[in-house]
Order: sequence, then C-alpha cells, then structure tokens
Amino acid sequence: MASSYLTIPARRHGGGKSFRGHGGGYHNAASLTLERYLQDLPIAEVPTSPLRPQFHTGRLPNSKLSDGKPRLLLMGQRRSGKSSISSVVFHKMPPTETLFLESTARIQKDSMHSFMDFQVWDFPGQLDFFDPAFDVDNIFGEIGALIWVIDAQDDYLDAINRLNTTILHLQQTYPSINVEVFIHKVDGLSEDYKADTFRDVIQRIQDELSDAGYENAPVSFYQTSIYDHSIFEAFSKVIQKLIPQLPTLESLLDSLCNNCRIEKAFLFDVLSKIYIAADTTPSDISSYEISSDYIDVIVDVSEIYGWDRPSKAAENEVDGEDQIENPDAESVITLQNDSYLYLREINKYLALICLMREDSRGKKGLIDYNVGVFQDALAQVFTR
Amino acid sequence: MDYDRKAKKKKVLLMGKSGSGKTSMRSIIFSNYVAKDARRLGATIDVEHSHVKFLGNLTLNLWDCGGQDAFMENYLASQRDHVFSNVGVLIYVFDIESREFDRDMVTYSAVVRALRENSPSAAVFCLIHKMDLVQAEYRQKLFDERTNLVKERSEGFKITSFATSIWDQTLYKAWASIIYTLIPNLHVLEGYLRELAAAVEAEEIILFERTTFLVVTSVTSEIGALNPAHDRFERLSTIIKTFKQSLSRHTGLPRSSPQFAEFQVKTSRFNFFIARLTSNTYVLVVTPPGEAAFNTARINVLTARNDFANLDITGEVYPRGTGPAGAPHPASDEAAAAVAAARAAEDEDEHGSPS
Repeated sequence: MASSYLTIPARRHGGGKSFRGHGGGYHNAASLTLERYLQDLPIAEVPTSPLRPQFHTGRLPNSKLSDGKPRLLLMGQRRSGKSSISSVVFHKMPPTETLFLESTARIQKDSMHSFMDFQVWDFPGQLDFFDPAFDVDNIFGEIGALIWVIDAQDDYLDAINRLNTTILHLQQTYPSINVEVFIHKVDGLSEDYKADTFRDVIQRIQDELSDAGYENAPVSFYQTSIYDHSIFEAFSKVIQKLIPQLPTLESLLDSLCNNCRIEKAFLFDVLSKIYIAADTTPSDISSYEISSDYIDVIVDVSEIYGWDRPSKAAENEVDGEDQIENPDAESVITLQNDSYLYLREINKYLALICLMREDSRGKKGLIDYNVGVFQDALAQVFTR
Repeated sequence: MDYDRKAKKKKVLLMGKSGSGKTSMRSIIFSNYVAKDARRLGATIDVEHSHVKFLGNLTLNLWDCGGQDAFMENYLASQRDHVFSNVGVLIYVFDIESREFDRDMVTYSAVVRALRENSPSAAVFCLIHKMDLVQAEYRQKLFDERTNLVKERSEGFKITSFATSIWDQTLYKAWASIIYTLIPNLHVLEGYLRELAAAVEAEEIILFERTTFLVVTSVTSEIGALNPAHDRFERLSTIIKTFKQSLSRHTGLPRSSPQFAEFQVKTSRFNFFIARLTSNTYVLVVTPPGEAAFNTARINVLTARNDFANLDITGEVYPRGTGPAGAPHPASDEAAAAVAAARAAEDEDEHGSPS
C-alpha cells in the first residue's frame, strides 16, 4: 500500500510539467525539473493510478535538494510570530521565552524527525521572494504546505494583500499547494473580537481572491496562539493533509473505536505532540488538550523513573519469572467521573491515546488485544 | 480521642514583608491555584485565617498575616500575645528582590523576639522567595549569603531555610519539609510503609497528601535509592498537580476534587501506579517491570488500605465508588470483615488486572 502511494508524485510532476508549458516565462524552470525527473526516472516507478493525487507524499522521486522531506514554509509579515511558532512547536521552547527571540535574518531550516520527516523553513518577514534574483522554483518546488502567519493584534491589511499576491502568483505555477492561514496571537483578544477578526480576515482574503478570478481557493484558516494548545492543533491539521496514509489511519482508528467503545482516539507523535490522525467522530479541543497533557505527564514520569538500572537489579530477579511480555509502554488513568484515559506506545515515534467512558470498564483485555491488532496494521502502513 | 484531635491542631504563622508572596504560595499549595493565577491576588488585609485539614486529624491553622508596616506594628504591639502564642511553626518569607533588606531584618528580629517570648518551642522556617528572578548561576551564592544573615538575627532559634519560587518545584520541596516536621505518629506510618514496600518488593513508595499533593513520607529500596533524579519528590508533586488541573478543565469538576482514582504506567523499565490509599492520601508505588509484580503490588496496597485507615493520622478508609458525589454502595457490603471489604474494593476497581 505504501509503495503504490510512492509512485504518485511521478505522475503529478508529469502533470505539473505540461501546466508550466502553458504558463510561459517558466520554461527554464520547467525543463530543469523535467531533466531532473528524467534523470531519476529509473528510481521512480511507473505511475499506476490514473487518479489525480490528493496528497503530497513523503518522498518525491526527483527531490535532490530536500532529501524528500515534505516542506512546511512559514511566511508572513515581520514580527507576526513565525519564529516563535517554530521554536515552541519544534524546539519545545516555553512560550514566555519567545519574547527574547531575535528577528530572523535568513531562512531558518529545521527538520522534524518522526514517523515521516518534515522540514520547516522559517522565512524572514521582510524577504521579497518574488524578486527575480530569487530561486522561486527552489523554494516552492517541493513544498508541502505554505503556512501564512497573520498577527491578529496588528493591522492585518498589508499581510492580507501580500498573502493574496503570493497565492495568485503561486496558483499559476504550483496549483496544488496547500495554503494554511494562521490567524495568530488570538490569546490577546476578547472572545467576541476574536471571532470578528477571524471572520473579517477570511472574508477579505476570499473576496479578493474571487475578484481576481480565483474561486474556491484551497486556503484553510486557523486561530492560533502559542500560549495554549491551539498552535499544536493547527499544526496537526496541516500535517495531516501531508500524510498520504491518512484515510487508512482514520478508518483503522474508527474501527478500533467502534469495537472497543472508545469515545475518541488520537494517534500522537510523542515528541512534537502533534496528532497525525484521529478517529472521525467530532470532538472539541478539550479532548486534544487532555491527551496532550497526558503525554506530558507520562514523559515526565518516565524521565524520573526510566533511568538505567544497574545490571544487579536484573540478576536479583528469579530466572524467567518476570518475563516482560510487552516492551511498549502503556498507561491507564481512572478518572473521578467514571471515564478512562488510555495510552499505548505504538512505535518509536507514535502513541495511541484513547478517551473512554465507563461502559468500557472491565474490557481491558479486549482493548489490549484490539490495540495490538491496530499496532500490527500500522506497522504495515508505515514501514519505518 | 477528642483530646488527641485538639492536640493535633497546629498554628502556622505565615509572615513577611508586604508583597513578598505569602498569599501566592498559600494559594498554590492549598487552594489549587496555578502560578499565573497568583497575579490576580490582592493585598492581604490584617490576618486571613484558614483551616487546612491535612491528613485526617492534623489540622493546620494557617494565619496568613498581611505584611504592610501598619499591620506588622499592630501584631507586634497590641495583638502580640494573641498572634504569637501557641505557635507551632513560623514561616517567614523574604523577597529576594527586596531593596531594603536591612529593614526586613529589623522586622524579622522583632518578630522572632516576640515568638521567643510567647512560644519558645516553635519551629522557624525561612523561605528566600522569588528565586526565579535571580540568574541561575548566582542563586546558590545569594541564598547562602542571605541565610547566614538571617541566622545571625534568629535569637537562638534553629532555623531552616529554603530558596523558593512559585514557578518551579522548589516551593513543594520547602512545604513538604515543613509539613514533615508537623506530622505526629510519623514513625508508625513509616514503619507500615516500610513493611508494605518489603512485601511488594517495591523500588519506592511515596505517600502524598490528597489535595496538596505534598509528599508526606516515602520509603526507597536499595535499588530505588540509586535513582539519579534526586529532586523527584517535588517534581512529582508539581507534575501531578499540574495534570490534575488539566483534568479539571477536561472533566469540569472543581479543582479541589480528587480528579483521578488511579493512574497506572507500565513500561519496559519500571511499573508505576498512584492510587487512593485513604480519604486523605494517595500512594505512589514503583515496582520493577513485569505484569505479575505489578498486580501483586497493586492488590497488596489495596488490601493495606484498612490498616492505614486505622492509623489515627491518615483518616478513614476511602469510600468505595468513584462517582463525584461518592455514590456509596449498599451497606451490607460495608458490614463485611475488613479483609473481605478490601477484596470487594479490589473487585470494584477491577480494571487493570487481566482476567
């Protein structure tokens, strides 16, 4: 299953090439891309699916520059909070310390090493990337998502104008880029004002885009703040769009939930606390928050008690008495209101978190078994 | 029995300059505030009394004394006997950022002198507070300096001092040590815990108070003592208390409610669970990895509940049924013999052990 997805980009680039041919002015870039494509052709498999690919995949056949990691670009006006976001999400910096971050002078490249490798490029706000001297194709060529950060506490008209110019510009060359707009720093706004601002920004962007003749642009909007979980939630949604296996994961989680009467299940990347999939039942942010805090506690406790015991400790055990059957960590919390939180380590990077109601009491054996099945299924989806 | 209860009421004076952080730390430790909520607190006017029921029949009678000069003069003059008599513990808070440290020392001397006259047997603790405002490399030096100055002015009291901050676990370390000195029957309690730890081969057993999650006492095995995380007790207090607050946001139950009944973690290196022991305590048990060891430990601890409940100090056995309102079970069950009841409790809570 994984291999069939890997073939898709080849096809997609074929399509991209012909598109560029009509676009004009990009012939050079187009032929360059084609050249690289042809060079790598033996590596890339012949496309098998006639469907237009919906998802950007983890490995591109002709990606020499980026080692095949999907790229997230963080862009926006100066001081809108781009570097703070990447520090908080990818470097675990406490939000209060981001006040001391210097302004970014050149493109900062970070990578997120997980079940799938991502790279995050943090752009200086003042950069004009449509300067002819700039290698546009290099930047946008293998992009996974463009994240545009707008400071909701500032005058955002300029930011919107620049975003629209960028979208319209990119739309001709790279029509399949996901544009994600983070309406950022909303923690400083009152509830009402927050909703108004959110609506206003969406309205303005969509109006201007449709005035320019670009209807139904693939742009999504999120309200974010680094002081709560919203930024992680937003990143989760952005990254989920880049995971080709998402529908498979979701249906696996759905069937797990149905069979074990789980209220909500999340598949988390433990390090970044981004969830890469959840079952498809609707949920509010509080389920995400509690799951994320749960991971924190488990990580903290493991830090305290997960130290290397001297080998003497092992010798003291009677031989074979304490066989450790399951090397993966697992945890259950029984809450005061008769619900349960359940965590199970799935592999090196991922953990499954389930929220359960009281009717799953006494079904621990069933849940353990089903989660084991889920784990096997997941191992087939992700080979690493 | 009545006599006993009275004897275990301890008067705790919380004093220090105005704005030094007395009410903030009290709210965080005893009222489930998070550190940033403390910003909302206003100045304390005169004395705020609060009774904190800590471990069954040990009641802390906490006097949070407003620190403005006018109040201080009042305590030292007209209310001298009233304030300083029968004091069990004086906790004096120094603000590390204070610009007039000499004047603080004058007030401190006066307070200690008044204490000497009225309750010479009181214990004195000095908290050098707001340490987070000092750069990390200077903290120890500055703390030692201040401690020595304070010791010189302590009128013969043997003081214990701590560097604290509401933003990290140092606050829990300080308060846990203060509380530790107040607990009666401690040796009996510790004896019980040691027996339990030996019976279940636990690496470590820690007893926490229920609402504050302060460490009451702990027992550590030879192997457990090798744990490199020396600050683990206060770290655990902070971790669990923070998590309880997120749980309360999630469940909508008030922050003061217990939030969780049991918390298990099994990994390839250690197993760990926290469970309610008595109505006022939680117990944390760390065992070597392995399903069998874990389940034995769990059953033993739950069986031991009754023995702990009978100890005067820890209070009644935790009522079964985990509903927010207590959801008591039929009385017929309760009538069963102690061991049987413990077994029944075990069945009720059946969730973790495989059938």
